[in-house]
Amino acid sequence: MTPTSSTELTLPAVAAASAGGAPGVAGDGGGRRTLAVGRRIVSKLLAAVLVLWGAATAAFAAQLALPGDRATVILNVRAGQAIQRTPEELAAINEQYGLTNPVVVQYLNYLGGLARGDLGASYQQYRPVWDVIGEQIGATFALTFTGIGLAWVLMVLWVTLTAGRRPQVRALGTFVETVTAGLPPYWLGIVLLLVFALGLGWFPVIGGSGLQGLLLPALTLAIPLAGFMGQATRSAFETALTQPFVISARMRGMGDLAVRLRHVLRHAVLPAVTLSGWALGATISGAVVVETIFTRPGIGKVLVAAVNSQDLPVVTGIVVVIAAAYVAANLLVDVAYTVIDPRLRTS
Amino acid sequence: MTATAPSTTPPVPPSDTATSTTPPRTRRVPRLRWSVALAVGVLAFFALAAIAPGLLATHAPTALDLTSSLRPPGVDHWFGTDESGRDLYSRVVFGTRESLSIGLGAAAVSLGLALVLGSLAALAGRFVSGSVNRLVEILFAFPTLLFALLLVAILGPSATTQIIAVGVGSAPGYARIVRGQILAARQSGYVEAATALGHPRGLILRQHIIPNAVRPLVAIFTLCVGQSIVWASSLSFLGLGVAPPSSEWGALLDAGRSYVTHAPWLIVIPGLVIVVLALAATTIGKDIQARLESGDE
Repeated sequence: MTPTSSTELTLPAVAAASAGGAPGVAGDGGGRRTLAVGRRIVSKLLAAVLVLWGAATAAFAAQLALPGDRATVILNVRAGQAIQRTPEELAAINEQYGLTNPVVVQYLNYLGGLARGDLGASYQQYRPVWDVIGEQIGATFALTFTGIGLAWVLMVLWVTLTAGRRPQVRALGTFVETVTAGLPPYWLGIVLLLVFALGLGWFPVIGGSGLQGLLLPALTLAIPLAGFMGQATRSAFETALTQPFVISARMRGMGDLAVRLRHVLRHAVLPAVTLSGWALGATISGAVVVETIFTRPGIGKVLVAAVNSQDLPVVTGIVVVIAAAYVAANLLVDVAYTVIDPRLRTS
Repeated sequence: MTATAPSTTPPVPPSDTATSTTPPRTRRVPRLRWSVALAVGVLAFFALAAIAPGLLATHAPTALDLTSSLRPPGVDHWFGTDESGRDLYSRVVFGTRESLSIGLGAAAVSLGLALVLGSLAALAGRFVSGSVNRLVEILFAFPTLLFALLLVAILGPSATTQIIAVGVGSAPGYARIVRGQILAARQSGYVEAATALGHPRGLILRQHIIPNAVRPLVAIFTLCVGQSIVWASSLSFLGLGVAPPSSEWGALLDAGRSYVTHAPWLIVIPGLVIVVLALAATTIGKDIQARLESGDE
């Protein structure tokens, strides 16, 4: 897992600068503020479109990158073996995929297709890539979103219980976070499977419908993510605990747990909100592995099979769809951020 | 990494007493010294295993012994045996060199790329830095493993592909870090002072910005090696890396997958080895980072 941007580093500074529980924005006129928010959103949207265009271009380039004549490659991928092809065979493929066109035309066609939601046709399965992905992607998103949700629950519980306590408890908290954040999904998944499905028999070993089948795979994704988000949240949590508004809340006679949940947590979760957008990408990486372990349906298995057979339209199609989801999630995170922290609306 | 081991212990007591006499401005996370020592020990073990596996192995890694196949871990076979009676511990030891090479190679590719992209993004003219920033943003939208899988699809599975795929796949994240570090160094007080003194740009860059931006990379490289081994073994686990006859750790995982139900140690133990190595690398990387930030080296 790669640590993300430096935004999280600046947060404590922001929090310290205007340490008030209430959204005390000294705004000058609502109109200008709305305008600023509007401009911010438009520029974010433009950036998102640019990223999508870049992702599509990279995907197109990847399809060209397979060595050798493309029509021959497509036929070989279909047959699963490399043989010399007759011109007639090649002509049919060239016709179908428009390979005789100049590259620029192919590129524009590809982009045009994407704009209409057409991801091209699978080399191997003789049908549109979107159909291949479409029937599987729901399962994958169900898994990743459950995973992110569970990670939040675990992370909030763990940090609220252990942050800012006695040194031993804090050391334990940090240690558990470091260890869990580094657990690779394949290993964690296998261990959970062995303990809870094979050992204790609480969960189905393979597949399983509904919530019961979803819980172990989702936990596999959630535990490392919770550890990772916990590391960022903990430092923000401990900074927030020393803020004046905490002292004043305690002076009003508020209990410790209530202070933590109502005042501190709100400040502390901001870095984790940023990470959640990024986490969508990370959990999808994990989902590919998890689906293989738990033999769950989903795009992970489709992807692995497609990589194996070099069915590039399917591979690039999945990559583009996931990149789009990532971009959308990060737009949402930006909006969520502004909602949670009103101070950012003016900046 | 082992070279830093002797120097890690001596400077600690003075710095600790120093912080107790002067009140610390920020609360320090209590450092677990024993964890760093343990991590250095773990890395030293794996370094030895990579250089001279024969010294550590108890059996020949390829010695078949069908009479003792699928034995659970015990006194004779510390990590148990596989379906052909090969000693898993010895296979892990002999697989270390390949696994570490892939991890180091991928980390080198990743940080090399990150250094180029990151410094262009931070130092080049407006047009170039803007475009590089956009490029990194685009690449960042591809999850690491998916990016790596895309490259495997093009290049075909092999150890070299693993190095390139994992290296390129994880580069965008590190590029952002490098860029942030260079920008932070450029906006620092000492650079401002040097500029005020009239030092030429090139000199400031060479003397102040680059050294200060590059030093933290030592820590990041250590973290990156651990992560790269995890990603590379994920590819092998999916059957898209080094193929099973090899005893590279990911390949051991892949081979052990078929025996999950009746010989779980074949997959749990190689996985645990990867976890331990990654954790050791993370611990040391974070320790170096903390040292650099607090100023004592």
